Amino acid sequence: MSGEHQPLLLVQGRNLITGLALPALLTDPDGGLLFFNDAAAELLGRAFEEVGRLPREEWARQFGPFDEEGRPIATDHLPLGNALREGRPAQGRFHVRLAANGELREVEVSALPLLEPDHYEGALVVFWPVEEAASGTS
Amino acid sequence: MRVRFWGVRGSVPVPNKHMLGYGGNTSCVEVTLADGTEIILDAGTGIRELAAARIPHASTVQILLTHLHLDHIQGLLFFGPFFDPTSEITVYGPPAPGPNLDQRLARYLSAPLSPVDLRELPARVEFAPCPHAEWKVGGARIRAATVAHRGVTLGYRITEGDTTLCYLPDHEPALGARLADAESGWISGIGLADGATAVIHDAQYTDDEYAAHVGWGHSRVSDAVTFAARARAQRLILFHHDPSHDDAQLDELEGAARRSWEEADGDPTTLLMAAEGTTLEL
Repeated sequence: MSGEHQPLLLVQGRNLITGLALPALLTDPDGGLLFFNDAAAELLGRAFEEVGRLPREEWARQFGPFDEEGRPIATDHLPLGNALREGRPAQGRFHVRLAANGELREVEVSALPLLEPDHYEGALVVFWPVEEAASGTS
Repeated sequence: MRVRFWGVRGSVPVPNKHMLGYGGNTSCVEVTLADGTEIILDAGTGIRELAAARIPHASTVQILLTHLHLDHIQGLLFFGPFFDPTSEITVYGPPAPGPNLDQRLARYLSAPLSPVDLRELPARVEFAPCPHAEWKVGGARIRAATVAHRGVTLGYRITEGDTTLCYLPDHEPALGARLADAESGWISGIGLADGATAVIHDAQYTDDEYAAHVGWGHSRVSDAVTFAARARAQRLILFHHDPSHDDAQLDELEGAARRSWEEADGDPTTLLMAAEGTTLEL
């Protein structure tokens, strides 16, 4: 299939997260950024239309993951890497850099592999600020 | 490539005199390639008449199932070549985790629901999940991909030389998407239909009916037209007619669809309502 035509799981994933109030994004099987929703845009400070599709290394460079000191951290054993490597949902925490002001923000992340019987189509990742999650449950 | 329609109805067969103009059998389309290779798309009740009229011109037959809903497999055990020990038949279907394709089919095609069990068929039959990658049958290249419908459902793209047929009998690409202005790469099934010589597409509902059936996995006629226009298809064949739509209503729907197709820069003569017995040379 042409690279411009996305497989059904990604099409349905985009339809789902477009209407989701939780920040969420879609990646290809290599972890490249395919799309993020308006809630993610609000958190990160940039609209998807401004950012566009990006290889994994490039969007990691722009947005994270970083440690609390702002140093880049390897993505292989973070949620997205685990989900795409092991074919199971994965969770974790790290910092992202907000485009609006360069501030670091700790987020909690859940990554769901979009897995067909014999191959990956990509992953669906949801994330939310740790502080808000904590206050929301108090 | 020759395409013949043996069953064009969706959901359930309708042996009703007001519906026999378009036909009452459920989904079954025969594709004959230039070298005589025979490909059968779905095994609804139309496959019984295909078998009865069939003049074997190939030692092997490929049956491509889009999914396992009853209206697409109900005729399977009425396909005569299954009972001919010299036949070689390959049945492709959607891949899914868990039981193999034959085990999934056997839930219906076995006792107490069927007097004949799949394991008893005299023909040499192979059941296989559709490969993810394109594969060749005779002189054609075939590609399958999952599309928006209830349950795991495939669409097919069959290309022979410069001719491409796309088969999307059960498809709801408008679910969660605005077909008219969605990015084309993000529309279900569009990669299969892109630039096709002909697209056979689900057109089960009228606009009014669709409102009460969003999410059921089928398209209204207007969405089928929009989809085919977005895919830049050369011809559109509306298919999988609702069992409540009689001949007069299908005639009306065809007229309205042709006007919409023309507004989308299509030649109105290249849109038609599928009818049993119709043969197209692509």
